Amino acid sequence: MDETRTGSAPASVDELQQALRGELYVADRALAMSVYLALTLKRPLFLEGEAGVGKTEVAKVLASALGARLIRLQCYEGLDVSQAVYEWNYSRQLLHIRLLEASGNVDKAAAERELFSEEFLIKRPLLQALDGSEGPVVLLIDELDRADEEFEGYLLEMLSDFQITIPEVGTYTADEPPVVVITSNRTREIHDALKRRCLYYWIDYPDLDKETQIVRSKVPQASQKLAGQVAAFVQELRGTELYKVPGVAETLDWTAALVSLNETELSPDVIDDTLGIMLKYREDVQAVRGEQMRALLNRAMHRGTQRGGRRG
Amino acid sequence: MADAPDGYILGNLLLFGRLLRRLGLDVHVGRMLDAIRVLEDIGLERRGDVRAALRTLLVHRRDDLPLFDEAFDVFWRQRKDSTSTMDLRSMGEQRRYRRPSAGPPSPGREPDDSAEPADPDEGFDRVDLTRTFSAREVLRTRDFAEFTPEEMLEARQLMASLQWDPGLRRTRRKEPGRGHGLDVRRTLRHNARFGGELVRLETRRRKEKPRRLVVVCDVSGSMERYTRMLLHFIHSLYAGLDNRIEAFLFATRLTRITKHLGQRDIDRAVSEVAKAVPDWSGGTRIGDVLKEFNFRWARRTLGWGSIVLIVSDGWDHGEPELLSREMARLQRSCNRLIWLNPLAGNEDYEPLTVGMQAAAPYIDDLLPVNNLAALFDLADHLNSLSQSRPVRRQQTLQTTEEEAPIVAASAPQQRSWHAGANPTFRHPLWGRGEPRNGA
Repeated sequence: MDETRTGSAPASVDELQQALRGELYVADRALAMSVYLALTLKRPLFLEGEAGVGKTEVAKVLASALGARLIRLQCYEGLDVSQAVYEWNYSRQLLHIRLLEASGNVDKAAAERELFSEEFLIKRPLLQALDGSEGPVVLLIDELDRADEEFEGYLLEMLSDFQITIPEVGTYTADEPPVVVITSNRTREIHDALKRRCLYYWIDYPDLDKETQIVRSKVPQASQKLAGQVAAFVQELRGTELYKVPGVAETLDWTAALVSLNETELSPDVIDDTLGIMLKYREDVQAVRGEQMRALLNRAMHRGTQRGGRRG
Repeated sequence: MADAPDGYILGNLLLFGRLLRRLGLDVHVGRMLDAIRVLEDIGLERRGDVRAALRTLLVHRRDDLPLFDEAFDVFWRQRKDSTSTMDLRSMGEQRRYRRPSAGPPSPGREPDDSAEPADPDEGFDRVDLTRTFSAREVLRTRDFAEFTPEEMLEARQLMASLQWDPGLRRTRRKEPGRGHGLDVRRTLRHNARFGGELVRLETRRRKEKPRRLVVVCDVSGSMERYTRMLLHFIHSLYAGLDNRIEAFLFATRLTRITKHLGQRDIDRAVSEVAKAVPDWSGGTRIGDVLKEFNFRWARRTLGWGSIVLIVSDGWDHGEPELLSREMARLQRSCNRLIWLNPLAGNEDYEPLTVGMQAAAPYIDDLLPVNNLAALFDLADHLNSLSQSRPVRRQQTLQTTEEEAPIVAASAPQQRSWHAGANPTFRHPLWGRGEPRNGA
């Protein structure tokens, strides 16, 4: 393999997994493998999964593990070149025109060249990401499924050779292609042509052990007991029919809330009061509150103690 | 471990790639080279690693993951004997139909039209074009349930001639054109030659795209007489709308048939659905079906202001509360909810069944689909929809007792929904004396 990698890139999957762990991110070995391959093959990594399973977090954590600059592009419908790639700084251009006028000598061609030079260019995330002069870059293209097909088409072009052409100025090419992480909540299918250029990984909800670990590392104030119970309850909750299943982000929010309420273990009353942190639809809250919640809690406690016993 | 088993691994890897392609996975040829490089790098000691690496390299659709795993297990299993290829054949059963042998059926002809034997001398692919106008009129108003095979064929041709246009939605993307937003960039560019004086202003407007249609059609026992024509109807919608529809069938369970529409003969799709639905002619559980739709599909099909067509007679054997709840949810997540009821074509029809009663408050338009005339009217109706959402009465959920005020929203340009063809049924909103043509 070529040896031109940046100094901080991990040399093996284990090392990468360790590095992620050091940033408080609990990654499966399979996920670590995908990230590792994305780094060594220099290909974009396409992460899909339900909301709140930690897709965005991967990019953030990766950036800090690599000591790289994180550049984030949040997608939305109608995202266009002026928001994603570049825009001209109109007010400065206008000002400049006035200055030229005042100085009296207007050479048409020269003025135009000057007006559309890099000096008046506002670089947006995609263009910024090509500039590796300030060290390595992790480019996060977040929630691509929110953008429309037109943008996807543009992205396809940019990701294939990491260069962007601005008609007035010229072509920008990345000396060192950025590490690209694309996430999607799968509210629509992303076009195959784009996915084919990427390494693909589906992030699932974590299992009980992993979620407990995540809670423990992210909310260290929570006791082992509380963390275990919370994780077990959330696991049970995910098994019920909900319009919106709580993600890891919700688990963490909930744990933090419980900690700040000085709760050391789960009880029906506490859950009833704080259910809104987990469930974001009124129908869901109503369905779970009361009887079903008690049943879930029972099962969760049972599971939690079983687990604890085995471990102890 | 880097290069020991090179030739051996290489051959197997290529075989594996071919297997995946045969199973219908979209395996990128260039990616196989990456795979080889990667296996040299990470080594083969850890089976889990090899699997994870190949998985991330060769798969790029979530639905393919289980298939990949199975293929991996079978192909790269511990060698007890060397006849692993035998098991692969059984997996071929799961192959998806990526390239169907037959193209889409052309709307005019139909290979086998019905269970009834054809007239011995005449094939069905020729229609007597000398039929009189009055005969066509009869056809237009004849109930679908009474169609003979010939009439069905002719009806299909008429259907194919229908123009479907469910209107446009405004996207958030802008394009050059007459609009309110100033296009600063183009303005500056075009005026640079005037020495900085902004002589001509360029503007941008919102780009528009056609709306999508989602059809959810009842094929349960009570609908049996209409099923065939309705499927033809859905098929003609698909063709007429350039694939911008999603279609589902249901009796007690929901089955997505969108992918069958373009690729195969509609009759074969029907028989496949018949296999998938265990109680094809059994009872209907619309509430459960809509719930399944809301859970599994709504997020993926209704995202961009779609129009939903539910086709059912409303004979529901499920709980009415559930139906109400799911209808409410569905209505909230789509641009317009239209219920097509074959029985509504009857002069004396009133939506008295429990199911219709439960659903009625959440329907934006209730229209008949019992004959061709009704379809023509439906097409007219869709073509004349205004861009904004229909005015809806705010509904409180069944489970709560809190009172919500009735929103007397200003009705901007509520179109008259139906050219007076069927005055017996009134829209639930207008039935209560709501304004019809603006407040």
